[in-house]
Formats: sequence, structure tokens, C-alpha cells
Amino acid sequence: MSDNQKSGVVGGNYRWVGNNTRRPDGVDKVTGRARYGDDMVLPGMLHMRMLRSPHAHARILSIDTSDAEAMKGVKAVVTHKDVPDHPPAKPPFGPAVSDFHDLSRNIMAREKVLYDGHAVAAVAATTESIAKRAVRKIKVEYEILPHVLDPYEAAQAGAPILHEHQFTLGLEPKPKEPSNLFRTLGGEQGNLEQGFENSDLVIEREFSSQPVHQGYIEPLACVASSSEDGAVELWTSTQGHFVARTLLSRLLNLDMSKFRVTASEIGGGFGGKTTIYHEPAAILLSMKTGRPVRSVMTRGEVLRATGPTVGSVCRIKIGAKKDGTLVAADAEIWYQAGAFKGGPVARATDSFFSPYKIPNARTACHDVCVNRPKAAAYRAPGAPMATWAAEAVINELATEFGLDPVEMRLKNAVKEGDTSLMGTKHGRIGCIEVLEAAKNHPHYNAPLKKNQGRGFALGYWLHGGGLSSASANLLDDGTLTLALGTPDIGGSRSSMRAMAAEELGIDIELVKPAVVDTASLGYNHLTAGSRTTYATGMAVVNATREIIEKLCSLAAFKWEISVEEVRWDSGEALPADKYAGKLKPFSLKQLAKMAPGTVGPIAGHSEINAKGAGASFCAQISDIEIDPETGGTSPVRHTVILDAGRAISPDYVEGQMQGGAVQGIGWALNEEYIYDDNGRLLNTGFLDYRMPVASDVPMIDTLIVEVPNPKHPYGVRGVGEPPLVPAPAAVAIAVENAIGRRMGDLPMSPPKVLAAMDAQKLAAE
Amino acid sequence: MLGRGHKNKMAKHSVTTTINGDETEFNCDTHNTLMDVLRSELHMTGTKNGCGTGDCGACTVIMNGRSVNSCLVLGVEVDGAEIETVEGMAQGGTLHPLQQKFLDHAALQCGICTPGIITQAKAFLEKNPDPTETELRFGLAGNLCRCTGYDKIIRAVLDAAAEMRANK
Repeated sequence: MSDNQKSGVVGGNYRWVGNNTRRPDGVDKVTGRARYGDDMVLPGMLHMRMLRSPHAHARILSIDTSDAEAMKGVKAVVTHKDVPDHPPAKPPFGPAVSDFHDLSRNIMAREKVLYDGHAVAAVAATTESIAKRAVRKIKVEYEILPHVLDPYEAAQAGAPILHEHQFTLGLEPKPKEPSNLFRTLGGEQGNLEQGFENSDLVIEREFSSQPVHQGYIEPLACVASSSEDGAVELWTSTQGHFVARTLLSRLLNLDMSKFRVTASEIGGGFGGKTTIYHEPAAILLSMKTGRPVRSVMTRGEVLRATGPTVGSVCRIKIGAKKDGTLVAADAEIWYQAGAFKGGPVARATDSFFSPYKIPNARTACHDVCVNRPKAAAYRAPGAPMATWAAEAVINELATEFGLDPVEMRLKNAVKEGDTSLMGTKHGRIGCIEVLEAAKNHPHYNAPLKKNQGRGFALGYWLHGGGLSSASANLLDDGTLTLALGTPDIGGSRSSMRAMAAEELGIDIELVKPAVVDTASLGYNHLTAGSRTTYATGMAVVNATREIIEKLCSLAAFKWEISVEEVRWDSGEALPADKYAGKLKPFSLKQLAKMAPGTVGPIAGHSEINAKGAGASFCAQISDIEIDPETGGTSPVRHTVILDAGRAISPDYVEGQMQGGAVQGIGWALNEEYIYDDNGRLLNTGFLDYRMPVASDVPMIDTLIVEVPNPKHPYGVRGVGEPPLVPAPAAVAIAVENAIGRRMGDLPMSPPKVLAAMDAQKLAAE
Repeated sequence: MLGRGHKNKMAKHSVTTTINGDETEFNCDTHNTLMDVLRSELHMTGTKNGCGTGDCGACTVIMNGRSVNSCLVLGVEVDGAEIETVEGMAQGGTLHPLQQKFLDHAALQCGICTPGIITQAKAFLEKNPDPTETELRFGLAGNLCRCTGYDKIIRAVLDAAAEMRANK
């Protein structure tokens, strides 16, 4: 176990919470026993392959599946004709868009294909190789249409239109022409014009970034098995099997109770496994054939057809006083939602300026459809690009004024009682504590070597709460099983177990957590939004407290005193008040043994809608060294400082911090989707979609700040997403500082860095 | 090299190999990879599929003492070979030091890359039992991990290497 670096004000002395414990799923994962999406086999199982569009934008004139269906070993083929149609959703739309018209077309193209890799048909055959060959025998006639990939261009009049029924929302009068611009979200306060006038310096810049993929190592995989009685069992790699059930039931017009969805162990998700892709086709094929159907996507399919996060084009303008006071800020960003609306614009609006008090501010975030795969969530969706733009300009202002970048931020930092531009009233938050910790970190003022630059950035993330259920069962040997419904993507079972053991006052090894199927527990929202340890953790605490109440009642019954006269402490029921010290305490183990013969089985359960998850802040310091010959970039030192509220499992909190930082390094330096002139994705494998490998990165230093969240019994704030929010910004700012020139376009790949260095040399001469 | 049972292009090949010390026979098509055979024929799903193109290292196994991406080796090529997979690392209920150190250092999150990285690390340490951090980072550069940022993996392997040297 490592020495976790911590600073903060958290109190409480716990036996399990805040200490490193071995994860309950660990042994299965290091021995290869853990079962992921692709590890499920059912008797008589068929293999599914999909036919995908080779075109970025084309009308489907006809699909002929007869040759494929005639092949020996082919059991069924499905196309859009097998998928129920749904009318377009009507406004108002919430921050997240749900539209089954779109979903039904994304999982299987109907009138048109809208991106390279768009699913057109699916085949189930007795072997994978027959299915592959059958896919090639399906004949599709296309009428190729002009396509558009750039979000700014797509939002302009005259651009090729993806959806003839989509008119930009919120415009008066209603536009006559359809548009790829679905809507614009944003907020405004104060008087911008006056604010810029009152500023001593205003800096305006443009930024752009490319879509990047979540890059989970486990491709999407599922096995569907439909029965003659209409029941559907589904095994799938997902961040939310209850959400998958809802989507599938509504999409396929089947009763929700007929589904039993089991989440496999999940081989990474990062937001990318929060929706459904190939599951409906597998279910439809299973219904047609009466046999289980398995689908495993190739890596190429994952990259071509499942959501990366949005690419962006951004304009930003910030004005400040000489003393560093931020006065006015204006940001506009275009997000490429992909083929269907629903880019993370609501989160972008919240990300630009939320760490700071800026009296005059405006954001406008455009959700634009383009001929790319529909974007999916990626770890703090929408935040890193907006954060980069704002943080880069704030750093430039600090440089121009000769101020320390952290001091300038401290001058403007939000604190408890402040309200964000988007209307979030902050409770106890740790913005100042994180900045102070960064300023005092030895990395912050460490000397740099030749060809090195340093970047500093601060990120903000408003966590999710929401729906979670948990149940706990006390067994008659005094051990506990915990049933959870939020897939464990980064070690949440460890944290749940720690909280349950802490509440009950028993050894952590006596608690066995499991993620159970949708038939076994109340509803759970996704493992997403950094909500799991917060919301599901609360449900676990509630469920174990219910068990404690029942154990106290049992003790009271045995002692023939009232339950008010019993208290629970460190795994024992103790007589209290006038009986204190007069009756022999009952241990949990004794009570558990008595239960079957008296009160019966003892269990606790909790179903909640957790509110008030609140915000957290993450600061990062990045040192990048440039190779002046090649424009190659090397991260040489990187530090992550995060307010975790309370780190239930510090090693796993550090893991989130380190993993998020390295994803940000990839985003800033290497990763991008590269399309040819026909809108076909060129880099469809991990060799060309180049994510960081071990030799690309240094050790990632971490400092956990603990400013407890008053809304959670142990003070938890989410930790999954914040580590990515400022990471690309810190790295990109470091590159610009190293070469002494603005670049403004991610990724800062070697050719771009080399060109910027050449331009800088020319300018100097 | 084709398997002993190679007769005509449609017939399955009969292959005999040693996997984790056990003589194992299987039948496969010419185009089946070692990863296909391990996962689908032999149901040894500890070897993971991440890409199928040799880019991610999740399917790493040790073949005749050398680490290979099992998705880039044909089933017929392992006739007569000695194969080690993650399933063979723990002995008699005791984890291999690498497996134990991965748990001690919290060197895994989702765990999908873990079998491949542990297998690669084992093969690497057999050639270089006392690597520097940089040597180890290059030794593991063929294995992608998207969760951890590699920090705790590197610490776990260096710690395991020290323990393995001490116990020699």
C-alpha cells in the first residue's frame, strides 16, 4: 500500500473508511477469473456480425439480404424493418436529450446512413466466420449525399443537412429551413459590454479540439437470449444495466419486467458504455431464431460507431483588472454532437467560468449535428475543452499583468454561498483549499530545464446524485452480503464494503459486495457523473443502518427492555441508559445466530434519489519537454491535486487522479479522429488511434485534499471525472509555454508543434 | 508451420501443445488465432481480447519463453509449443508475486488489461530481473491500460521484481 499524500480538514477516526483495503474483486481480476462481456458462453449460441455503412452520408435506396439469408449456417438477418419506429421527441428537452426516434436510427440506419460505420444490418450465424461472410453478401444501394464534419461549418446556412425534420430550437419566428444546429444553451449575467470597457486588459482567443474516444480496452460485448414466453435475458458490458433495460424496453416496445439484464465485469467505460449500441440487434436476432445471440464488436467498430466525445470550435474573451480581478468573460463553443443531437452543451456552459466569481459573463454552447458517430459521454463530458479555453486565457492575463497564476485565481475563487453562472448555489466547496495546496506543492515552483514548459490549470465539476438502490443481507454466521446495482468500474465495491463494515463495526472481510441483475434490486441510474460512491454509498449506509436498527430491536427483545435503551457500538448491541453496563452486550455474530429462531431473516434496503452531490475542484501542474528536432512532446512531471471530500479508499482515489491525468495527456498531445475527404475514418485501430503507453508518461504525483461534503455521511465527493477536467488544459498550456507561442488546436501533435516552433523562430528573426 | 493433422484446406487441424504444464489437444481452422483457440475452444478466458490486431496487449501469453500477442499467432503455430497463460500463474492457491503486488499496490481498476500486463511483466522480468523504471516502461509499452495512468502498475512490478530477486 502506498503512502497517500493528503491535506485537508477532514476529521473522524475510522477503522475502514479512509484506509486502503484490498479490493473484493481483485483476486478474480489478477487470475483471469473475472467474467467480462466477451467471456459469456451459452449453449446453442449464435454469433452476430453487423454490416456498417462505408459512407459518411447516404440515402438507403434498398437492402437485399436474400443471398446472406440463403447461406448455410445463417439463421437470421435484421435491418431497420425489424426495429420499431418512434416519432421524434418534442420539446422541452432537459440538459440530457432523450429521443427514441434518434436512438432507433442510431442502432440501425433507417432512411439514411449518417456516418462511416453506421449499422445497416445484422446477421446471426452458427459461427463467427459464417456471420462475417454473410455480412459481405448483403447488398445495399446507396445514393451518396454531401457530408459535413466540422461543427462550425455544419451550423452555417447551406451546409448539408442531416435531419430534414430538425429546426433549431428557441428561435423566434420558427425558422423555415432545417438546420444541423439543434439548440444553443448558455447563461448570462451582468453587463458584458460595460465589463469589457472596465477591464484593463481583454484577451480574445480561438480554440479547437478533435473528438477523442474513451478508449476502454474491452470492446462492447453482449449475449442476448430471448424465450418463447417473451422474456429477454441480456448479459452486457455496460455502465448501467437498469438504464439499458429502460432504453431497450422503450425502444423495442416490450414490458420492462420481461427483461433481466446482467452487467458483466466492465473493462473500462469512461462514459462510453452509458447507452446501447448492438444490444437491440442481438435481442431481435435472438427473438427471430429462438437461440442465444452473442455480439462482440471489433476495435474498428468501436472507434467508427460508438461515441467518442465531441470535437469543438471555441471563441473566448476575458477581461480583467491589473490586480487580477476578473471583470468580464464571454465564451461561445460549437460542439459536434455527431449524427444525432445531444452533445454535452449543458456541461460546457457550466464549465467555462464556474471556478471564479465574474460579475459580467456569458456562455453560448451550440449542439451541432455532423456526419460522425453520435457522441457519447466521456469522463466529465463537455468540460475539458471549455476549461482549456478559459484557463489558457486566464494564464495569459496573469502573465501580462506579471501575476502568479494561482494567486490570480485565488483572488477570484468561488466559495460557499456563491452562485455559479448556471445558478448552482455552492455549499461547502474546496476551490480555495485546492488552489492553496497547488501553490504550496513543491512541483509548482520547481526549476524547469531547457526546452521545458509548465502549465497550470484548475477544473470544476458539478457531480451527479440521483437514483440508487442497495440491499444488505445479514447471514446467520454474522457475515453480510451487499447487493448493488451500479456496475463497479473503478473499485466502488471496495468503498461500499468499507462503508458497510464501518457502520456495522465488523471486519471488512466479513462483507461481500456484488453487482446484481435488474430483477434483483430497485432501480439504479448509471455508474456515471461521479455519482456511485456518493449516491450508492448513501444507499449502502442506509441499508446497513436498517440492519443495525433490527439488531438493536432483537437485543431489546432478548433483554426485555425497550429499543430506545439499546445502542450500537463497534459491532455490538449495548444496553444503554439505566441498563448501561448491567447486561452483557450481544455481538453482531450472536444476534445473527439468534435471528432465524426469533425475528427471522435480517436485511436492510434503501432506494434513494440522492441530492446535493455538489461540486469539486481539481488542479493540475504539467511539465512538458519539447524535442526541438522533431516537435515531439514528453510529459516529464505531472501533479494532480483534487478535493475528494473524503477519500474512502485513498489508493483508488489516486488511481482515478492518475488515470484521468494520463487520458488528458493523450487528449492534448496525441489522440484524434482522422477522416479522409469522403468522411471515412482512417485511424480505426489502437496503432493509429494513439493512446498513451507506459513509456510515454512519468509517474503521476497526487495530492488528495479533503474538504468533506456535508451532504454525505462520510463526506464523499465524486472523484471519477474531475481529474480529466483540467488535464488537457494543463498539458496544452505547458506546450505553449515551452515554445513561447499560442497554438490553440488539440492535439498538439509533433507536426503542429514543429510548425509552431518554426513560426516562432521566423517571428524572432 | 502447420499442425500435424493438416490434410486439406477444409479440414480442422489437430494440434497438440502444452498449456500451463498440461498437454492439451485441440482442433482449429487454419485462420483461428491462438487467442480464438484459448478463449473459444478451451474456454480459457483469462486471456483477454482488446483489439485483435496486436495493438493493445490484453491477449499476451508466453510462448516458448517469449511473450506474444496471442491474437497474432495462429492456433496451428503452437503445435509442440509451451504456452503459459495467466491461469497458470497462481500455484496451489498462492498468488504469483506479480499478482499479489498488483493487489497490494492497487495497480488495477477495471482489470481487463491486468492478465496481459501481468503475463508480459513475468516474461520481461525473466529476461531483465532488475529493470530501471524506464526499462520497465518500455518493457510494458505494448500493453495498453486506460484506467490507471500506469503509475501503480510500474510500482507494483518493480516491487514484485525486488521480491522475486530476494527469493531467488
